[in-house]
Amino acid sequence: MQVFDRHKSYKIGDALFKGIAYFFALSVIVLMALIFIVLLKESWLSIKTFGFKFLYSTAWDPVSGDFGALPAIFGTIVSSLIAIIIALPISLGIAIFLTEMAPKWLKGPIGTAIELLASIPSIIYGMWGLFILAPLLSEYVEPYIIDYLGFIPIFRGAPMGIGMLPAAFILAIMIIPFISSVARDIFRMVPPILKESGYGVGATKWEVISKVVIPYTKSGIIGAVILGLGRALGETMAVTFLIGNSHDISIALLDPATSISATLANEFTEAVEDIYLSSLIELGLILFVITFIVLGLAKILINRFSYTGRR
Amino acid sequence: MKKITLILALLVMCFGSSGLALAENLINGAGATFPYPLYSKWAYEYAKKTGVKLNYQSIGSGGGIKQIKAKTVDFGASDAPLTVKDLSDSDLLQFPMAIGGVVPVVNIKGVQAGQLKLTADVLADIFLGKITKWNDKRIAAINAGLNLPDDTITVVHRSDGSGTTWIFTNYLDKANADWHSKVGFGTAVNWPAGVGGKGNEGVATYVKRIKNSIGYVEYAYALQNKLVHTKLQNKDKNFVEPSMETFTAAASGADWKGTPGFAVILTDQSGKNAWPIAGATFILVQENPTNCANAKAVLQFFDWAYENGGQMAKSLDYVPIPKNVAQIMEDAWAKKIKCNGAPVWTK
Repeated sequence: MQVFDRHKSYKIGDALFKGIAYFFALSVIVLMALIFIVLLKESWLSIKTFGFKFLYSTAWDPVSGDFGALPAIFGTIVSSLIAIIIALPISLGIAIFLTEMAPKWLKGPIGTAIELLASIPSIIYGMWGLFILAPLLSEYVEPYIIDYLGFIPIFRGAPMGIGMLPAAFILAIMIIPFISSVARDIFRMVPPILKESGYGVGATKWEVISKVVIPYTKSGIIGAVILGLGRALGETMAVTFLIGNSHDISIALLDPATSISATLANEFTEAVEDIYLSSLIELGLILFVITFIVLGLAKILINRFSYTGRR
Repeated sequence: MKKITLILALLVMCFGSSGLALAENLINGAGATFPYPLYSKWAYEYAKKTGVKLNYQSIGSGGGIKQIKAKTVDFGASDAPLTVKDLSDSDLLQFPMAIGGVVPVVNIKGVQAGQLKLTADVLADIFLGKITKWNDKRIAAINAGLNLPDDTITVVHRSDGSGTTWIFTNYLDKANADWHSKVGFGTAVNWPAGVGGKGNEGVATYVKRIKNSIGYVEYAYALQNKLVHTKLQNKDKNFVEPSMETFTAAASGADWKGTPGFAVILTDQSGKNAWPIAGATFILVQENPTNCANAKAVLQFFDWAYENGGQMAKSLDYVPIPKNVAQIMEDAWAKKIKCNGAPVWTK
């Protein structure tokens, strides 16, 4: 009898726990839906006024109340993509070094250092970027880029140390810890037997890494990149300090540009007119949708490249 | 369980008190960021003396205007004056609390503070991107004897919406027809050229970092960052230096009494010594407040500030409101702010 009672009380506990867990899990979806609805409601004035033109218009004129999102969308996507292009090889290099080559006594300190880098607030990166990185770039890096690579249009402009490329640099530094620590954890999960059989048939270290480790972890690496991209897309303060905040689309990467989050950080406080505020909120809505699309693409890519063991 | 009750009790206290606290020696205000250091200094001294606390949230002029219109605060603060129509639509009264000056700053090799002279027209064409080199004929014509380099000018402006930008663009708008038709004026505008720095400190840093640049900042930032300011030509065709005296000259020449809604714009004022880019920062209050005790407390605070705040303002590089102007404002309080038909302000 006693046994039966205990069983029963466990059952109630289980049901209760299940209910609570359900509630917490569903509240995430409800929260997302609410955020979406509020963004949509608040940006309705702008959506009604500008329609689809908002997405491809380059106007940004608070005085006459004419707004378009293209420069901000362009800056957001381009700065994030350049950041990924810079950060991916470096992060993979760090992760490979840590899992395959580093002596034991070095693994701990480097791993901890990377995790510490990830926890530095972005405003610190922004200040560092503005006061240290920007002068360095404008003195020692950008003049040479302009002199030697200036025949390519994307490397033209004035060496100010502030613009699309410096913003992408700081973004890359900020996402390297994320990508490399995730990639390290994934590389660790490669079964030793696979690597050992590689070495067994006489493969070099490079061959094992490029033909066994990387293919095996492809979907994980894509996941790591998406994580980095997600952070880069929404990054605000560091970008605001370095991107130059100009609502122009320029093919030259040394020129100032702007991003969605930088525009919001800059202009929200003094946006008095309703249409101005509504346009800013619509920018937020667009960022929400872009992030959603990126995550969706990531899911598709991860599924396609998942290592199935066959092949 | 005890802990939970304690937390709940604390929560109730927090939320409960915010509704009641209004009447209990606390004034709530929100708005412009530019006068925030001054208001908090005043608030600190005032609380020491009277026990009345001021809670000022520097959320920006836009937010301040919205909040006073929604009556969630006792006063709002804006860097730019509201139009008469806007004031009467929302039943608001505005009055100036402090005056600030905006100063063009440059970074040109060999040029010292106060050496470069500019006119409004030339300044506007630089910011329009029409004058692109420092040795342009039109700059050289007013700067005989100054050696200016054959280098491209980089324009630095504010990236965030700001009262500083409002004052600066208003000045350019008055002086240059091209600027008026292409850009106009406001807290944020569609900049034809240049890079944007966030806040006064952002512009100050960019101008320091970028060679051959020109920007504009609040006077205090130019002083504190030791930036190279320019001289400007005023309405009386004199080239003047930015200083407390020239800002005050601009303020005292203005016709406060005759301007409806006190929406006085202090750019391009006449006067031999008037600095041409000055502006007042304003306080907004309800003309028919629902909470009369608080409305009175707000006016008492600002009366105290008019009376005793001048020296504190100067120490923070703001220009205090001249005594005669303060008197005009207090007369307006007495006449216009009414609670159930009776004036709130009597002195």
